[in-house]
Amino acid sequence: MLLEVEGLCVNYGHIEAIRDISFGVEEGTITTLIGANGAGKTTTLKTISGLRPVRAGRIVFDGTDITHLPPYERVKMGLSQSPEGRGCFPGMTVRENLDMGAFVRKDTRTPAYQQDLDRVFDLFPRLSERVNQMAGTMSGGEQQMLAMGRALMARPKVVLLDEPSMGLAPKLIAQIFAIIDEIRAQGTTVLLVEQNAAQALKRSDSAHILETGRIIRSGPGRDLAGDASVKAAYLGGDV
Amino acid sequence: MDLGALFGSFDNFASFTVGGLVFGAIYALIALGYTMVYGVLQLINFAHSEVFMFGTFAVAWIFVLLHGTSDVSWSLGKALPILLVAFVAAMIVSALVALLLERVAYRPLIQKNAPKLIALISAIGASFALSEAMGLRDRFAGWFGLDHKLSNYVSPGAARDVYSNPVSIQPHKLFEIGGYAVSDVDIVIIVAALLMMFALDQFVRRTRFGRGIRAVAQDPESASLMGVNSTRVVQVTFLIGGLMAGAAATLYMMKIGSTRQNAGFILGVKAFTAAVMGGIGNLRGALLGGLLLGIMENWGAAVFGSEWRDVVAFVLLVLILLVRPSGLLGEALGKARA
Repeated sequence: MLLEVEGLCVNYGHIEAIRDISFGVEEGTITTLIGANGAGKTTTLKTISGLRPVRAGRIVFDGTDITHLPPYERVKMGLSQSPEGRGCFPGMTVRENLDMGAFVRKDTRTPAYQQDLDRVFDLFPRLSERVNQMAGTMSGGEQQMLAMGRALMARPKVVLLDEPSMGLAPKLIAQIFAIIDEIRAQGTTVLLVEQNAAQALKRSDSAHILETGRIIRSGPGRDLAGDASVKAAYLGGDV
Repeated sequence: MDLGALFGSFDNFASFTVGGLVFGAIYALIALGYTMVYGVLQLINFAHSEVFMFGTFAVAWIFVLLHGTSDVSWSLGKALPILLVAFVAAMIVSALVALLLERVAYRPLIQKNAPKLIALISAIGASFALSEAMGLRDRFAGWFGLDHKLSNYVSPGAARDVYSNPVSIQPHKLFEIGGYAVSDVDIVIIVAALLMMFALDQFVRRTRFGRGIRAVAQDPESASLMGVNSTRVVQVTFLIGGLMAGAAATLYMMKIGSTRQNAGFILGVKAFTAAVMGGIGNLRGALLGGLLLGIMENWGAAVFGSEWRDVVAFVLLVLILLVRPSGLLGEALGKARA
């Protein structure tokens, strides 16, 4: 397991946001968390990245217990995230945002770095057209691409993608999912949180359904996508 | 009212402008401290005035240390070696005070996610504590039996009075603009302030760490996800504010030559005003606001009499904020790209 979450509990004040969540992310796979709004998906990702304090349980990444490490140490270890709502830096250009993604890297003047930039521009040709544009002036879809590209610039072992399809047009959504496949094909492990359950499950090696802060079902993505009760609850009837 | 007669007293336009620029440059340097901290934490560091005040004392202490207490009047050239030492010392002292503030008065609150209002109260408290501590420096020295040994520095019995730099710097006229003798001191103040600000602007815009500061200002949570150590960024922000305030303190002492434990108050309020006027959180706004405030209050003093200086300054602030509530250049350290 590249990433393991064991018995994780997180509170907001006195409210339990997630309770006793356990799952693993195998290297080279796509793992998906689905569930309704407020089920605890985003909290889970934020906690894995170190933005929320853990009440109980532990997080093991690449063999190291990272439960209480500050967020920047986790990024250095190879864990990066494209947050919900994109979180692009509005007053920075596309290029500066991508450079921010590589903030922990020391090799920004080497050919390897240029290769990684080229790789992001291959995945998102739109970004290469807009290197000098302010991120705040771009469309939602472009900002989503920037947020994902930025997360990849850290050269992560695992990339956490929080609702990459949120608020996008159907055509763009298809494009984003194709890119997620491509990211995996290039060797980066993906932990995905999605509302768009049908698309997400179809390509997930393993998936977990969250409900009010607990995992209520787990299994390979295709199995869950074919399950009648899952279909009824999360996929709006037929897929 | 006879406007002609009113503006008749305003015959020396250029002289008031240059004079205003000199003070404006000092305001702008102090304003950077307010604006940087606001940009990163959305918090007004009310104790920044004391960071400046400690710097002014550091300058005077260095002169006492290296020259002694005999009052003399030197040219800028003769004072320059000591002045350079004082410049460095003031920057170090102010930076240390700023770092201490961050550690003691802010970090514990920020880590507990305290409301901004609580941090503001803490800031006001820290401001009074620092100012009064300077006013009681003779007592602190007394605890260790050092008050007589250090009497030149701690002024036993008169610690709250004006504390003068033994070396007053005699300005030397370089050239004349509209009847105003522009001195070497004026030029050094303006040039030094502009250089400091240019260096800071470049640091924030071009370096990796500067980009980290802007990232925290624009979206602290995203910045953490990029691997920015936000505690370190906050620390460096206070450090930079302190360095700039120390530089301002040196320039202020070149021009004014004396200080006291509450010398930071009016300067601090003016610099804060300048920061708000230019758009708080915006580095270039602090420069613009500072220079503008310096010039306008000097013009105001020329037209209405010098006792009206502060009235003009603050009426101007209200008027500008009525028209542009987010300041002349707008808010945000990040959005204006510097």
